[in-house]
Amino acid sequence: MLRIDLDILQQWIPVSGRVLDLGCGDGTLMCSLANNRQASGYGLEIDADQITTCISRGVNVIETDLNEGLLNFQDNSFDTVIMTYSLQVMRRPDQLIDEMLRVGKECIVTFPNFGNIRTRSYLLLRGRMPVTKQLSHQWYDTPNIHFCTVRDFDALCDEKNIRILHREVVTERFPDKQLKGLWPNLFGETAIYHLAK
Amino acid sequence: MPEVFPADSVGLVSPQHFIFDTPLELSCGRSLQSYELVVETYGELNADKSNGVLICHALSGHHHAAGYHSTADNKPGWWDAYIGPGKPIDTRQFFVVSLNNIGGCHGSTGPRSINPETGQPWGKNFPPLRVRDWVTSQAKLADKLGIEQWAAIVGGSLGGMTAMRWALEYPERLRHCVVIASAADLTAQNIAFNELARRAIRSDADFHDGDYIEHDATPRSGLALARMIGHVTYLSDALMEERFGRELRSGTFQRGLDAPIEFQVESYLRHQGDRFATDFDANTYLLMTKILDYFDLAREYDGSSVKAFSNALCKFLVVSFSSDWRFAPARSREIVKALIAANKDVAYAEIESAMGHDAFLLPNDRYEGVFRAYMSRIASEIGAINSAEEAS
Repeated sequence: MLRIDLDILQQWIPVSGRVLDLGCGDGTLMCSLANNRQASGYGLEIDADQITTCISRGVNVIETDLNEGLLNFQDNSFDTVIMTYSLQVMRRPDQLIDEMLRVGKECIVTFPNFGNIRTRSYLLLRGRMPVTKQLSHQWYDTPNIHFCTVRDFDALCDEKNIRILHREVVTERFPDKQLKGLWPNLFGETAIYHLAK
Repeated sequence: MPEVFPADSVGLVSPQHFIFDTPLELSCGRSLQSYELVVETYGELNADKSNGVLICHALSGHHHAAGYHSTADNKPGWWDAYIGPGKPIDTRQFFVVSLNNIGGCHGSTGPRSINPETGQPWGKNFPPLRVRDWVTSQAKLADKLGIEQWAAIVGGSLGGMTAMRWALEYPERLRHCVVIASAADLTAQNIAFNELARRAIRSDADFHDGDYIEHDATPRSGLALARMIGHVTYLSDALMEERFGRELRSGTFQRGLDAPIEFQVESYLRHQGDRFATDFDANTYLLMTKILDYFDLAREYDGSSVKAFSNALCKFLVVSFSSDWRFAPARSREIVKALIAANKDVAYAEIESAMGHDAFLLPNDRYEGVFRAYMSRIASEIGAINSAEEAS
């Protein structure tokens, strides 16, 4: 089954659209978009094993260090530029979002919401950096170097004059599913943003 | 000296000669009235002739890419690491065709062959060639083999350039183009290295202005020097340090002793140079380095590789190696960038390796994995293996 954020974002991808997936992993999203939306495009990845898996699945994967920007790509050359669960590992997430909006007409970004009640209470009650099922690393070995909350991301979009076309938060937990509508920053585990310039 | 060949080797192979009687029009305006290609094939051509894979060799390459010519051979063909049963270019699935290009000196028509008009060897008068002339001659070979469309055309370095030219000249005749450690054209530094090599050959007293065959001579020293220069540029600093360091082959620095000192790296280079001078033809080396220098993917497309690649119909795999400074990863990324802008299907991998440009010939786990993944995908696409094996 497709991860929930990958499932939800598909509705915003134009049929036969040209997409770019930053940090495409094993190519699951690209394959799924090809099947469900007849979308085509490229996945960018840095992990050697994931790249090989993409190639064996026929995904157009381009080995890329996203910290160096999107130098291979021209302005406005994609319908949608997607980045799921990778924002927090980037050296400069703000600059990468600029790059995404330069290359794509629209962007979709998903990230773990650090404002979630579980991360908040973990830090509050235990006084230690949160380690959860989703964020399973210790503070010293985590690849996640730039956490943010839903409210932080809203503020960044506001600062950069980025239009938020859609915003959703999702969670797999039962009571939270009811509550996330009222308090997205408190009960959403994953945030999904659909953006445009 | 293998008594029994390894299980993943194509084993004993023997070259075949194909003779072409229809003139080959060359890009220089001249033509070859007739010509011969020496070819090796591995694996079986399937019934619908869809599993052909063409191997394009690099600067000093030839047709003997895999297997052994006799049980006495010390070494298999130059790309044996990647061609064979169970290897990335799997000869159980593909019919692999490897040839010596025209202008070569390993059996195909070239400067050492007899010019039918004079009855003498062509020598320095062999017509200048371009990569596109190789592509044309390879297309005629495909006709002869009954291959309408190659499953893939694969090449490293100059071979990668040849594969790309195919994609532009005969777009409908290949499904996939695999471009390894290559570039859309050479940099000035690269041309400079080739000119050093050419100067080394021309400066040899035995070169006789290219007429060394008539003088019953061979410019060995020039050829060896040309190869030594080339060889240094194909390796990386780190690799040479690791392989040779400052190790001595003979002599000592001990006080009071004056035995002549030879570093391992000197001995190695001399050996490489001398071996090359024995096998290779000087006029071929001059011809081939110029083919390499003159190659410019985009020249007739207003200098735009994007425009050039717009003509391609095949899918691409581009591979580069981190320590390759003669065909640096940046040059491969240019190719990838142009392919993306032309909206072509492409996968790109940058392999970590200390082996320099030579990495494309040498065993490397990651490179092998990428290559294998791409080639198996092709095999399943053309129905050479059960498509149920595909990842879902």
